Amino acid sequence: MTAPAKSDRRREGPAEQAVAAALARIRSIDGRVGAFTDVTAERALATALALDDGAVSGPLAGVAFGVKNLFDVAGLATRAGSKINRELAPAGRDAALVTRMEAAGAVLLGALNMGEYAYDFTGENVHDGPSRNPRDLTRMSGGSSGGSGAAVAAGLVDVALASDTNGSIRVPSALCGCFGLKPTYGRLTRARTFPFVQSLDHLGPIARSTRLLALAYDAMQGPDRDDPATTTRAPEPAAPSLDDGAGGLRIATLGGHFARGGEPDCFEAVARAAAFLGADRVVELPEAARARAAAYVITATEGAALHLDRLRARPDDFDPAVRDRMIAGATIPAPYVAKAQRFRRWFAEAAAHVFDEVDVLLAPATPCRAPRLGQTTFTLDGVTLPVRPNLGVFTQPISFIGLPVACAPVFLDDGLPLGVQIIAAPWREADALRVARALETAGVAQFREAKL
Amino acid sequence: MSEDADKLDAHLDAATALLELRVAPEWRGSILSHLDATMKAARFVSEFPLDDEVEPAPVFAPAAREDAL
Repeated sequence: MTAPAKSDRRREGPAEQAVAAALARIRSIDGRVGAFTDVTAERALATALALDDGAVSGPLAGVAFGVKNLFDVAGLATRAGSKINRELAPAGRDAALVTRMEAAGAVLLGALNMGEYAYDFTGENVHDGPSRNPRDLTRMSGGSSGGSGAAVAAGLVDVALASDTNGSIRVPSALCGCFGLKPTYGRLTRARTFPFVQSLDHLGPIARSTRLLALAYDAMQGPDRDDPATTTRAPEPAAPSLDDGAGGLRIATLGGHFARGGEPDCFEAVARAAAFLGADRVVELPEAARARAAAYVITATEGAALHLDRLRARPDDFDPAVRDRMIAGATIPAPYVAKAQRFRRWFAEAAAHVFDEVDVLLAPATPCRAPRLGQTTFTLDGVTLPVRPNLGVFTQPISFIGLPVACAPVFLDDGLPLGVQIIAAPWREADALRVARALETAGVAQFREAKL
Repeated sequence: MSEDADKLDAHLDAATALLELRVAPEWRGSILSHLDATMKAARFVSEFPLDDEVEPAPVFAPAAREDAL
């Protein structure tokens, strides 16, 4: 299996026509969605001509993609959702993953909206306006890669590249109803993207099918000396085994922290996937709540350290919600941060023991369906909590130790979707994608393009 | 806000002075609530017993030119 199926791409035929149609769709629809912050029309048409001339080809030939606006795109200022960074000089070269996507034949359509400096789970942005959920424009897209989830769900792109520090690929994938992949920490190069928390930052794709997810992921693998966290392991392509089915994999549902503190719907979505997969076993990932707390501390402090000079010089130019969290984070005493990084080692070892017994773990991606735009609190299990940090309650402990996760969209009814996290052992992305593909093939998980 | 309110209040003033961070009066309540939440998380992690030999997760790798890919 080396090429996208016809259904994977929104458009067939000559690339020039397809790209022109995609650009027209962005012009007609995106004013209501708010997914794009920059449209690279000239570049897209030039790429399309090169494809039609045969000068460029590859496994992603003609696949339309966009990138969260923390990826460098030559000629654009990398705003990272902020007011401050859009004053920077335009990037001189593309992010490494943009280069790899285009080398495989994909066509870049532009840069996508995101929460300021990626410190967000809502998809709202005070400077650019919210990226809206294409399935209900009054609802959140999820963050911080809100524009990435919205662009895929709205059929504006086939694939969107995004980042995930605590859940920012998986939360918008779930709320917008897309497939997403957060690979193992260190798998994909982050070179020439704007960081948030380098200890925890991952990049990965969101897509309208598992096949596109696997093909994009495979095209982006490989070492890169420009990112010291990137693995020197040889690429391990996922596409060749994508259709192998879930047979032979030991699959369990996560209990404890991952089985409480959410609306019944989110657990029902997991139960549907588990029932199809015959996964009747429940296992515990010990101290998951503490892992979330440790990720919270590392994020608040390391993120604040990255932005300290900007917090001093221009605090009024930040999104207040980001600024206030970062100022608080900047003041946390260092011993707590050092302890969190040592606890992280302990928790990674504890998870490794769990993977002695199972190959794949299932958990909800978010505790609820997409909240309303502007909603600041929700009530889960009778407890009223702030929305912004708590949409990531189930994603944060997993990215904390860099485990690969495929997120599969589940529609329980005609309403908004939910996401199921399919979690594998480190470097076993292919297993997670096989399970996601099996759920997609069976119709348990599915992508539905939003009606706009 | 927890029973730590006075300590958090004093800490915020001292730490932001040392870090040369400005706190406008209208931001203060929000910052204090985030400080409270982050300190609760920090203490929760800190309470967990770990052997002294447990290494931090990040492992330093010396950068030598011959390692260049």
